Amino acid sequence: MANSKSAYSFAGKKQKPDTHIIVVWVDNEAGVLARVVGLFSGRGYNIESLAVAEVDQKQNISRITIVTTGTPQVVDQIKLQLKKLVPVHKVADFKREDKNVIFKEMALFKFVANNGKLNKAFEACKNFNPVILDQTNKSNVIQITALRREIDTMSKNLKKFGLVSVSRTGAVAMTRGSEIFK
Amino acid sequence: MPKLYSGAEIVFKCLEDQNVSHIFGYPGGAVLPIYDELKNFNSIKHILVRHEQGAGHAAEGYARSTGKPGVLLVTSGPGATNAVTALTDAYMDSVPLVCITGQVPTHLIGTDAFQECDTTGITRPCTKHNWLVKDINDLAEVMHKAFEVATTGRPGPVLVDIPKDIQFQKSKYKNYKKNKKLNGKSHDNYSQKNIDELINLISKAKKPIFYTGGGVINSGTKASELLRELVYATGFPITSTLQGLGCFPADDNQFLGMLGMHGTYEANNAMYSCDLMINVGARFDDRITGKIDEFSPKSKKVHIDIDPSSINKNVKVDLAIVGDIKSVLTSTLKTLTKSKNNFSKSNKHQISNWWEQIQKWRSKRSLDYIGSEETIKPQYAIERLYELTKDKDTYITTEVGQHQMWAAQHYKFNKPNRWMTSGGLGTMGYGLPAAVGVQIAHPKKLVIDIAGEASVLMTMQEMSTAVQYNLPIKIFILNNEYMGMVRQWQELLHDKNYSESYTAALPDFVKMAEAYGCVGIRAKTPEELDDKIIEMLNTDRPVIFDCLVDKQENCFPMIPSGKPHNQMLLGPKDQKEKKITGKGRTLV
Repeated sequence: MANSKSAYSFAGKKQKPDTHIIVVWVDNEAGVLARVVGLFSGRGYNIESLAVAEVDQKQNISRITIVTTGTPQVVDQIKLQLKKLVPVHKVADFKREDKNVIFKEMALFKFVANNGKLNKAFEACKNFNPVILDQTNKSNVIQITALRREIDTMSKNLKKFGLVSVSRTGAVAMTRGSEIFK
Repeated sequence: MPKLYSGAEIVFKCLEDQNVSHIFGYPGGAVLPIYDELKNFNSIKHILVRHEQGAGHAAEGYARSTGKPGVLLVTSGPGATNAVTALTDAYMDSVPLVCITGQVPTHLIGTDAFQECDTTGITRPCTKHNWLVKDINDLAEVMHKAFEVATTGRPGPVLVDIPKDIQFQKSKYKNYKKNKKLNGKSHDNYSQKNIDELINLISKAKKPIFYTGGGVINSGTKASELLRELVYATGFPITSTLQGLGCFPADDNQFLGMLGMHGTYEANNAMYSCDLMINVGARFDDRITGKIDEFSPKSKKVHIDIDPSSINKNVKVDLAIVGDIKSVLTSTLKTLTKSKNNFSKSNKHQISNWWEQIQKWRSKRSLDYIGSEETIKPQYAIERLYELTKDKDTYITTEVGQHQMWAAQHYKFNKPNRWMTSGGLGTMGYGLPAAVGVQIAHPKKLVIDIAGEASVLMTMQEMSTAVQYNLPIKIFILNNEYMGMVRQWQELLHDKNYSESYTAALPDFVKMAEAYGCVGIRAKTPEELDDKIIEMLNTDRPVIFDCLVDKQENCFPMIPSGKPHNQMLLGPKDQKEKKITGKGRTLV
């Protein structure tokens, strides 16, 4: 959780922190991720998750999706500071509750257990588009896509079915409808 | 077939096209090809410093006194890391610098080669942007872009890291066409509606104040002229931050002096009680605001700044105008004269009570101090220095500490770009190399570094630079043998436990001056002070002036840490009565 900027504001009026998804379009050049991430750590902002990949090979544009928590003032600062970076083209900001935006995260679960448990595990995942990517007679790997909190709960609840390893991406986001963010 | 140039040549061709006349630097293995090329470019003069930090501060002094970007050239590894303090200093105080560093050849990057360091990694948080040039064909564009980034918007330092093999490789040189906008970053982002709103607030205010900062100076000398026009046209009082000193004449009746931690009683109380605060190019720094919850509780706040991220960062404002000060002030003046001609006269009555109140605060004479016949009071030394130099167009640099605050309080600046001090980072050792840079830019002008004996020892080696280039800088040391500001805080917060703030083995500054090949002068009593200062001014060589001052003097007035503007300590008596307790003790 990001603290207020100045030690002088110790008794400040408390604003409520919210979770925001910040999407940043950047030139895909050496060190650009370090610039963005360094800005967060240097100014004491929080990163809950991070996803980054090139989305436009022709123009070398990467899209970075960052989930962060902060008061409205802090989130404003994050956006303004990001916009100052030279390789940053544009910055979008969505509240997690925003109904017009889709947020998704992918997770890979590895289970080691007997067949009965493996089946139950798959059954438990059925609301989250499960795909079996690998299977042996005593293990499998299941891919799901879901919201962050859902994956949190799942990885806790699936322990009993022999979940031994979890790998997950950061959240990615996309607006609903025909609108695109300019 | 177009002519091919080596990387080193391209560096200088870019500097030429950017009208760079001086670079400050220090050679080393990874920049030798660039140094080799120096002889072929007569329009560019290289100033050899004695430490890369000195190169950085000299470039800062050059930049701040001219408004042009300062350029430094250093080698890889330690050359680059030594420049980091100066880059951070420039970043905090928005000074345009272009730092060119050598790097080990590209095939050795990442192998822990001799004098290798991750220069772009280290300097990423202390530059506006930096580049590692791995392809000779990018070099010219990167160099020109570096100048553009350093000088546009809110100015700041940039760094270009050039591996040694790139300096040898050859490529075509193309001059650079300026982009319309750098990656969509525009700087003027306000509308006439904002200006109308500002005029509306101005015409309604009963207790207005202008609070101006370094942004006015960064916007160019024209901005200072416009500010004066606007302040006269409104009849409003004006106060300035440390960095803004000089953009409004300090001896004008409308000027309330500096505000903030060591600002005047009238400026701080006016900030606390005002109903309209117009921030022009300042950033609500914690030295200015004091306790933020009680910062100017009853005022409407307007913030004019070129950097959108400065708005609402520390203090929420009611009206934000994002734009270059010069252009915002031009529009404001235009609108004001159009809609309300002769505003200062028609409005005089509305703010007359406010001015009466301000006169009452003024009558406290918060900058007064108890004089002495025996010892030189540091404030007295600055006053005399001011009186004896005010008829010359004097450039003042400072180090950091008590002497810096006394200089800000007692030396009166009437022009912009005459005052160079490290405000944001508070870098001890800034003033001497900065004076070198200022004197390079203004060879015929009087340049004085008002120093403390502790600060000046941090970059004393640059006296050698001053002697080499015949720079008649004057190092005016207020010598109290203590790190004065540290001692003052220990007195305030740590029951006078002067832990390590006394320098027991100071050098003899007069002999030191002689050893460097310059002139040493010492003043011990108030009686001889004037004569000695005149002797200093009449010496056309670098001078170290050792002014022995009262060892116990503290810097007042003062807003103690964690307190709001209306709870100032005015002198030693207040200090005893109003002890700092609780959370205020943990603040810096």
